[in-house]
Amino acid sequence: MKITINGQSHEVDVAEGTPLLWVIRDELKLTGTKFGCGVASCGACTVHLNGEPVRSCQTFIEDAEGAEITTIEAMSADPIGAAVQQAWQEHNVVQCGYCQSGQIMSAVGLLSETPKPSIEDIDNYMEGNACRCATYQRIRSAILRASEIMEA
Amino acid sequence: MSIQTTRRGFLKTTAAGSAVLLIGLTPKGALASGTEGAALNPFVKIGSDGHVTAIIKHFEMGQGSTTGLATLIAEELGVTMEQIGFEYAPSNPSIYNNLFFGPAQGTGGSTSMANSFQQYRQAGAAAREMLKEAAAQKWGVEARSLDIVDGMITNGADSASIGDFVEAAMGLAVPENPKMRPSNEWKLIGNPAIGRVDNFDKINGQGKFAMDVQLENQMVVVLARTPRLGGLVKSVDESAAKEIKGFINAAPLPNSVAVAVFAENTWAAFQARDALEIEWDFSNAETRSSEDLKAEIFAALDRDPGYAVMGDHVVTNAALESADQIIEGQFFFPLLAHAPMEPETCTIEPTADGGVILHDGAQFPTFGHGALAQILELPMDKVQVNTLYAGGSFGRRANSVADYNTECALAFALTDRIRPVKLVWSREDDIRGGFYRPAFGHKVRVGIDADGTILGWDHRIAGQSIMKGTIMELMAVKDGVDNSSVEGVADTAYSIPAMSTGLTDIPKATNVLWWRSVGHTHTAYVMEMMIDMVAEAAGKDPLEFRLSLLSEENEKQARMAAVLKLVAEKSGWADGAPEGRSRGIAVHHSFESYVAEVIEISGGGEAPVKIENIWCAVDCGIPVNPNMIEAQMQGGIGYGLGAIMRNHITLTEGETDQSNFPDYEPLRIGDIGSIEVHILPSVEAPTGVGEPGVPPAGPALANAIARAGGPRVFELPMAEAGIEFA
Repeated sequence: MKITINGQSHEVDVAEGTPLLWVIRDELKLTGTKFGCGVASCGACTVHLNGEPVRSCQTFIEDAEGAEITTIEAMSADPIGAAVQQAWQEHNVVQCGYCQSGQIMSAVGLLSETPKPSIEDIDNYMEGNACRCATYQRIRSAILRASEIMEA
Repeated sequence: MSIQTTRRGFLKTTAAGSAVLLIGLTPKGALASGTEGAALNPFVKIGSDGHVTAIIKHFEMGQGSTTGLATLIAEELGVTMEQIGFEYAPSNPSIYNNLFFGPAQGTGGSTSMANSFQQYRQAGAAAREMLKEAAAQKWGVEARSLDIVDGMITNGADSASIGDFVEAAMGLAVPENPKMRPSNEWKLIGNPAIGRVDNFDKINGQGKFAMDVQLENQMVVVLARTPRLGGLVKSVDESAAKEIKGFINAAPLPNSVAVAVFAENTWAAFQARDALEIEWDFSNAETRSSEDLKAEIFAALDRDPGYAVMGDHVVTNAALESADQIIEGQFFFPLLAHAPMEPETCTIEPTADGGVILHDGAQFPTFGHGALAQILELPMDKVQVNTLYAGGSFGRRANSVADYNTECALAFALTDRIRPVKLVWSREDDIRGGFYRPAFGHKVRVGIDADGTILGWDHRIAGQSIMKGTIMELMAVKDGVDNSSVEGVADTAYSIPAMSTGLTDIPKATNVLWWRSVGHTHTAYVMEMMIDMVAEAAGKDPLEFRLSLLSEENEKQARMAAVLKLVAEKSGWADGAPEGRSRGIAVHHSFESYVAEVIEISGGGEAPVKIENIWCAVDCGIPVNPNMIEAQMQGGIGYGLGAIMRNHITLTEGETDQSNFPDYEPLRIGDIGSIEVHILPSVEAPTGVGEPGVPPAGPALANAIARAGGPRVFELPMAEAGIEFA
């Protein structure tokens, strides 16, 4: 089976129905995408499928075939991704950091759709990304900051 | 049985490169210098390129230990935060023990900064003095005429990189009592502009967590554990699992509490586990449900306590009989899972010399190290611990039985020890896996006179002891009383006359464990809600009433009062809540720090509760990294509130009912508004910040709901007690 991740094409030999998450982590060893719940309830595994954030733990390999998949490892090369990462650093958002790849992937999805989001937009869009360290306040402020960086 | 594996594969270790200066403590405890590879384990390493590495003895679970300890070294040495990196210390408790834990290396009790503050500054200062001496000899000047600033040794005229003197400094004696920089020279300690040293790793997917270990040729093992404490594997049928691509083998662990399922990758292991047919022997298994546990706890609160913890109940009873009014409360706190974002995981890698490396987000290396040596029958020096980032813990990764390290070792011992074995827990394993915050009940009766003055306070507590039956018992249990069951009540900072406290232990239905702020998770809620109820009954302002129980003459009370006053000032407490809003206040002393919080809600009467604004004031001694203290307060408040709002673990005949985030719903971004944190300036030694933000959050919310016309919530979580959240 052939999949394209971060612009590179890979041949993978996995069982039918394997979640994209485990192909990314265990086969391609791209471990920036995290396993948090396996039931699309925490957002730690968020990647972009043709530019849209999806939960890779509930996206099956068959559905990923032929699509452009982007993971956290490619975000610094994306203008919105780079703005979000810069804002994340400036605001010292991370604590344990385990959910943050997924938070950043979702934040990039939000800013792609809504370059100047309100707090309400942020809360609505980011609702599915859990952070047990509760870094939410800094996530909000960093998304607003990324929006500024994008505008500059 | 031995599970046969085929290919071999070991990670190559790279040899150390150029000259490095290492400063640290020898096993005898004296400062000494040496080179990498010598029998010396340092806190500071300096390369001839001038790059400094802080060796961090406390793992990073998000609390900021790597930044904090690196800051101390950088400050004393005289380098910028950009010139310093970090490495985790190996497992070696003779050098890297937590100075508060005796001969054990581990992180917990919010002690990382408190126990390291002198030690790491001393190591940095020693390195600075040696480098200065080396430069002084070369330049023919007095060492005391030199200083190190931003990584450059300078005497005004000459200036050179510290890296230039590393080789010369290596031959010098280590000063016994290097002079530390006075606080008025600090550039980094207390500087709010200092950010995290682990930011970069964690925003681009490069940081390695224990879950990210991908060794050549590794197997993944998952366990099918007994769903009830005390259950044992009777039989296992793996025939259906053989159809799963990547499945290797399955076998019960030697202790029969689980079946280990080996596979080539994580997904195959999960699938194969689901395909097993396991028959359990539950003849000695737990049969109680959480309702039974609760009934036992409440029954115990009505009996004479098992232990008299403090005070004289005869005196208390007499005081209560003379009271004009009795304020009563009976509370229940459910079992809680920690649910760190990264499920439990570790990897055991065999080495060429017959030893092993444990790759782990190692919170307590001493426990895991010992467990592996014992189970794998290896000498201690054949077991290494490679500490990686931990995706949260909240207490879960530290326990004296090293539960998941032990599981991995038992599984590895089933194999021929050729391939690395990575143990992975699913979220379901984590939520159902026990090691919960124990369930507790409190029954409190407070007597007041006609003026609202407290005359007596009778306080009974019942729950499962965390420490009893563990190696921690010697340290934490005195005269039968597990301090972690009563901390926050028996040592309350308030002046309360005729107070007595009793404790009854309830047998465990699951494994239980410390959960961020331990006993304070329930004791602060009870104390601060009762105080609030007494203030209300007395017709007094909740802030003023608290202050009336705190004297400026007593240091602990004065610090409590100071954070209360600060949070009141910053929240504009005296002006009252805006239209449509209600506020609650709470304060608590834990882990040697003092935290006061005000929570403002909308709704709370007829309408759903919405947490709009939170103010927090903290006194944690010298604030080493203000930015991280703010983050820990915000995180602690969020972690505490999420659980208090809607989390509980319930049991049906010993088996956990919840399984994953949909039924153990974490706090979400929209659940709380802004959290404003104010840090009290201090010259006292640094104290805890990881846990102390948690305890006041619950009662501050409960008190706000009551002020809004809602009920007093005596049984948690609030959502189960009828409180609706927006």
